[in-house]
Amino acid sequence: MSRWPTDRLLLWLLRGVAAIAGAIVLLIVTFLVMEALPVLRHVGVARFFTDPSWHPTEGFYNLTPMLWGTLFAMVGSVLIATPLGILSAVFCHYYAPPVIARPYRRLIELLSGIPSVVYGFWGLVVLVPLIGAIHPPGPSLLAGIVILTIMILPTIALMADASLANVPQQYLRGAAALGLPRWATVRGVVFPAAKSGLFTGVILEAGRAIGETMAILMVCGNVVQTPHSLFDPMRTLTANIALEMAYALGDHRAALFVSGLVLMGMIAALVGAADWISRGRIYG
Amino acid sequence: MTKCTTLVVLSMAGLIAASASAGAQSTTGDQLAGKLVITGASTLAPLIAEIGKRFESLHPTVRIDVQSGGSSRGVADARQGLADIGMVSRAMKEDERDLSAFPVARDGVCPILHQKNPVQALTDEQIVAIYTGKITNWKAVGGNDAPITVANKAEGRSTLEVFLHYFKLKNVDIKAQVVIGDNEQGVKTVAGNRNAIGYVSIGTAEYDATHGVPIKLLPVGGVAASTESVRTGAFPLSRPLHLATRPSPSGLAKAFIDYTQSKAVHDLIREQYFVPLAD
Repeated sequence: MSRWPTDRLLLWLLRGVAAIAGAIVLLIVTFLVMEALPVLRHVGVARFFTDPSWHPTEGFYNLTPMLWGTLFAMVGSVLIATPLGILSAVFCHYYAPPVIARPYRRLIELLSGIPSVVYGFWGLVVLVPLIGAIHPPGPSLLAGIVILTIMILPTIALMADASLANVPQQYLRGAAALGLPRWATVRGVVFPAAKSGLFTGVILEAGRAIGETMAILMVCGNVVQTPHSLFDPMRTLTANIALEMAYALGDHRAALFVSGLVLMGMIAALVGAADWISRGRIYG
Repeated sequence: MTKCTTLVVLSMAGLIAASASAGAQSTTGDQLAGKLVITGASTLAPLIAEIGKRFESLHPTVRIDVQSGGSSRGVADARQGLADIGMVSRAMKEDERDLSAFPVARDGVCPILHQKNPVQALTDEQIVAIYTGKITNWKAVGGNDAPITVANKAEGRSTLEVFLHYFKLKNVDIKAQVVIGDNEQGVKTVAGNRNAIGYVSIGTAEYDATHGVPIKLLPVGGVAASTESVRTGAFPLSRPLHLATRPSPSGLAKAFIDYTQSKAVHDLIREQYFVPLAD
C-alpha cells in the first residue's frame, strides 16, 4: 500500500495541518476560559445572568441585555438579507442578460470587500441622523440591523450565486424539456438542488452578523439594555468587548473575556442548530 | 598616493572622533542604563508608555516597563519601592507629602452640544439633572422643545471618571441614550444630532470645533472650556497628571522625569488629548 514514501509524507503532512486548524479553536477557547476563570471563580456563572445591570467597575455583571442585543441584530439582519441575497443571485443567473450580470456580480464582490469601519462611519454620519429625525435618539437597533444587512448581503449573495452555478445543466435542460416556465424551474428545480449551498450561506452570514464589531459599535448607541423597540439603543457582546477592553483591569477585564466566552457559545449553538436542522435533509 | 594619505588622515580623524564620542556616551551610558519600572494610573499609562518608547530609542540601554493599576497602586508602589516611579492621575493628597510629585500634563473634560443648539450654558445642577434623567427635554433649560439625547462614556474611560468625580455622580445613576468609546466618536455623535449632549476631552473638542465640526464647548462653573483654562488650572473639570517618586529622584528616574516634563514630548501629550503644562 504505502510503497511510496511520498504518500506517507503527504498523509502526515495533512494530519499535521488538520491538527493545527483544530488546535487553534481549542487554544482560543482555553485562552478565553483561563482569562475568564478568576471572575467566574469568585463571582460565579449565575450572576452574569441575574445581576441588576452591567456596571463592572461597581461589581454588576449582567450580560443578558447584550445577549439579546446580539441576537436581535443578527436575526433581524439575516431575515432581511437572506431573501435579498438569494433573489439577487437568481436574478443574476436566470433573468439578467450577461451584459448586466457580469458587472452586477463584480459590484457585489466589491461590496463584500469594503471594511466594516467604512460602513460604520457612513451609518454614524448618514443613517443615524436620519433615524434620529424620524424617532430620536437615532442610534438604535434599527440602525444596527440596516448596517448589518448591508454588510452580510454580499456573503449570502455570493454564496447563493456560487451554489446556483453548481446546479447541473441537465436539470435545467430537463426542466426546459418539460416546458416549465422560468420561475417554476427556479422554485421547483434549482432551489432544491442548491439548498445545501444556500443553507451554508445563511450560516456564514449569521456568523458574520454575530461577529461584526466596529460598524455595530458606531451605530447602535451601546446602551446596555434589552431593546423594546426598533428605535431603542442597545449594545452587542462584541461591541462590549471593543468598547471597554482598552481600559479594563482585573475583574472588569475578566468579565469581558466572559463576554467572549458567551459569544463563542452562541456561535457553537448556531453551528449545532444548523447541524441538527440539516441532518440528513440538506447535506445528504 | 596623496589620495591614500588623505584617506588615512581622514580615517584617523574619524577614529579619534569616534573614540571621543564613545567615551562621552559611556559616561552618560553609566548613568542611563538599566530598567525603570513605572506603575499606576491607567489614564497616564498610554502616554508614559509612548514617552518611554521615545526615551528608549534615545538611550538604547534603558528599558522602561509601564504597568497600569490605578493611581492608588502608583502611590503604594512608589512608597514601597516596588516601582521606581508611580503614576497618579489626580492632585496629590495631604498625606502623600512624603512623595516627590512632578506634574506632567493636565487632563480636561468639557460638555459639548451641537452648534445649532440655542443653549449657551448649563449650570452644574442642570447637567446632573440631564445626566440622571430628571430633565429630558431641552425646553426645561431654555432650549427648543426637543428630547435630549444623553451621550455617556463607556466604563473604565478616564473621561468618565473625571466627569463622575466632579459632578459627584455614580455611573449606575446615569440614564444615557448613547454610550460612546473614544472622544472622536463622542464628537461625531453630537455633531450628527442637534439634540445631543456629550462630554469629551477638551483637547479633542477644541481641535474639532476649530476645524469646522459643528459642536460647541460649554463652560463649566462659569469658566470657558479651552486648553488654556485647563493649563492654568482654572477649569474645574480638569485634573493634573503626576509622576511621583520616593525618595526624590536621581539618575535614570530623574533623567526620565526631566524628559517627560520637557518640550520634546509635547506632541505625544497632545496625541493622547492631554494638555501640556507650559510652552
